[in-house]
Amino acid sequence: MTEYLLETKGLRKTFGRLAAVAGVSLGLTEGTLAAVIGPNGAGKTTLINLLTGLLTPDTGTVRFKGEDITRVPSHGRVRRGLSRSFQIMNIFPNLTVRQNLLLPALSRRGRNLHAVARLEDETGANAEAEELLREIGLWDHRGARAGALSHGDQRLLELGIAVGTRPKLCFLDEPCAGMNPIERQTVLGLMRKLSGQRRTTFVIVEHDMDVVFSLAERIVVMNHGEVLADGTPAEIRENRVVRETYLGAEV
Amino acid sequence: MGEGPVASPGRRRIVTPGRSAIGGLVLALLLLPLVGGQYAQYVAIQVLILSLFALGFNILFGYTGLLSFGQAGFYAVGAYGCAKLLLLTPSLLFGVVGGTLLAGAAALVLGVLCIRHTRIYFSMLTLAFGMMIFSMALKWRDFTGGDDGLVGIPRAPLEIPGLVSVSMASMGRYYYFVLAVSLVAIAIAYRLVHSPLGLTFQGIRDSEGRMAFTGVSVRTYRLIAFVIAGLYAGLAGALLPALENTVTPPVAHWTTSADPVLATLLGGIQAFAGPIVGAFLYFMIKDVIVRFTEYWLIWLGIIVVVLVMGFRGGVVSLATARWRVHRPGREGA
Repeated sequence: MTEYLLETKGLRKTFGRLAAVAGVSLGLTEGTLAAVIGPNGAGKTTLINLLTGLLTPDTGTVRFKGEDITRVPSHGRVRRGLSRSFQIMNIFPNLTVRQNLLLPALSRRGRNLHAVARLEDETGANAEAEELLREIGLWDHRGARAGALSHGDQRLLELGIAVGTRPKLCFLDEPCAGMNPIERQTVLGLMRKLSGQRRTTFVIVEHDMDVVFSLAERIVVMNHGEVLADGTPAEIRENRVVRETYLGAEV
Repeated sequence: MGEGPVASPGRRRIVTPGRSAIGGLVLALLLLPLVGGQYAQYVAIQVLILSLFALGFNILFGYTGLLSFGQAGFYAVGAYGCAKLLLLTPSLLFGVVGGTLLAGAAALVLGVLCIRHTRIYFSMLTLAFGMMIFSMALKWRDFTGGDDGLVGIPRAPLEIPGLVSVSMASMGRYYYFVLAVSLVAIAIAYRLVHSPLGLTFQGIRDSEGRMAFTGVSVRTYRLIAFVIAGLYAGLAGALLPALENTVTPPVAHWTTSADPVLATLLGGIQAFAGPIVGAFLYFMIKDVIVRFTEYWLIWLGIIVVVLVMGFRGGVVSLATARWRVHRPGREGA
């Protein structure tokens, strides 16, 4: 029997009469770079919101590393090794770039409650934040207000915050949206690096099929809140239903 | 709230313009009783009390992003609590510490209910609870003295049993006591906002959702900020009875909650010193305008409107902006 890092069974979420996620059962294995694709309104972001605790399912369960986390709040899931980025930019705009990355590092060390220590004296967290600053290529902007960064740099920063908690599983909702090719390569390179070095499992929601097919080892196609297809990029490319519903002649 | 390049400890300058200004200000405050009369000392105590009140309010508003309209409730709990304790046992330290802790306890209890909400819902809840405390001050005659309030509160000596007993009968001595308490409280607040806890508050202000996804229980930290603001409001209130020798229900009224809001907006929400500078300006404006018209609040309102519309960062940000214009090379990386 396959041991899943994250497993869902019969996950369902309705808004009024609309079933945004209609009974999704799937398992994610450790180390597999996966992508969730589908047309707008297919239920991709709702599914991620259910898996990360932003929404509570009507029915169904979510298990992470064998533990039932269906009712665990978001911050509790992060402590267990889950993380995410958002479709709409979500950073700390009034803090500096460095402080943005310091927060997950402090949290990982359980230092948020310290009211007497000076931030400069948090050597471990500072070193971790600085390492991440270099990795995402924002070292030169470390003292800048995060809200003043370009769109692409803000996306990179958000990715940095998401991986700053050193997650085992990280969901990225349209991580390359609005990025230029160089920034896109930085994001993809970082994901590959962290996937290899830290064994972080990434799941991306992405509309850019070039990104999806160049990166993902497994693709889940959603439509009308259900899983339409699930397989390797080659299998998805060859799937007639997927081609007709979503991909068309694109790939 | 920007951040410069990471400075090595060895390169830190001992004397900076900021530190010189703070040193000069503290020296001026220490010398005040020697050059100013009783009225100057009385006003200075009022400024210090409002500074503490506004400083706590700004930890909640400026740093955590929660606008409370009910801080006067905790200010009143501190004032009434201290007054009752002073009437019970004539020990200033006992009264002030007791009043402060009572306000903190009230903030903890009401905070559990308030911090479940944000934005206008949070503000309205705090306003409602603040006015409930006002109603208690007004109606619970047996405990609070009702309309008449509590009168004849002694300015009890500062007594540490078996160690020291200092009479606080003169205004000058009480001024030094309030100054010492204020300086310690300001230093604690300064350390707090520059600590990991302070950065966590700022993260919550900027994005609660993002903060939750760094592994932080946002509600818990909102409650901590609420209790800290309650403790500071309580401390400010607890310093009042020994000054006025009386405590009356208006200290709990929502208009008293507006005082720290106005002081913070005047000084600036984005700077640590904003509420302190704002408290000073609030009393200066009041003192100057009241000589020409009794409608001084209208003029204060106009000044606040101009500041909010034109200079959102308040007076402190205006001053720091001018400083940066003259020192362009100091911009951080």
